[in-house]
Amino acid sequence: MSHFTQIVVQAQDFDFTHEYQKLRDSNTSDGALVTFVGLVRDLNLQQTVSGLFLEHYPAMTEKVLANIVKTARSKWQLGSVSVIHRVGQLKVSEQIVFVGVTSQHRQSAYHANEFIMDYLKTQAPFWKKETTTQGDTWIEAKASDMEKSKGWL
Amino acid sequence: MLKILFFGQLKDIIKTECLEIDIIQSGNALNTVAKLRGMLQAKDDTWKEYLAYGKALVAVNQEMTSDDTAINDADEIAFFPPVTGG
Repeated sequence: MSHFTQIVVQAQDFDFTHEYQKLRDSNTSDGALVTFVGLVRDLNLQQTVSGLFLEHYPAMTEKVLANIVKTARSKWQLGSVSVIHRVGQLKVSEQIVFVGVTSQHRQSAYHANEFIMDYLKTQAPFWKKETTTQGDTWIEAKASDMEKSKGWL
Repeated sequence: MLKILFFGQLKDIIKTECLEIDIIQSGNALNTVAKLRGMLQAKDDTWKEYLAYGKALVAVNQEMTSDDTAINDADEIAFFPPVTGG
């Protein structure tokens, strides 16, 4: 039983309960565990979405995620950190991303979890292509995401 | 050999996933990201538009970087649109 960092990029789905349990089992000193799960939405820019294709830059993805977690660990006192991001073809309402963080007290876990997601959104090399009734379209990056991640500087 | 990769919408639009350029043979003129970007943009109007600074981000050896970064033979350079994961 010890604190861990887990970074996984995979095509298959993940089991939330299992990932949550691994974080819980990693120690008995942390009193806080914050998780985030991102899902595929069925509506974007007024178009009906039937699915999503997630492309990534394999050699770079895990490196960037590891760096983001390292930065989070330097900012807050954290216990275990788990980041899982899926790639490939996903259907509506499927899980895309999991971020779980433990810490002694809730504030560090809340902040670190949000920080990891904010940086993942602007730094990690993933690209979403939506399958819609009007055909396939690449999603454009949002200026608001860039602003949000700058807020941590 | 310089290996150049393209991702996301950029890859689809320029219909290119990977290129290799011998920078020693090219007289070492391609010694920065900016020069490489300029050379690729000269290909045609589509490449010019979609590889423009600000529109295509760049990574050298899997690290996001800026256009003044030096490049060497055997580096892996990647150009891609702003990321949209999460």
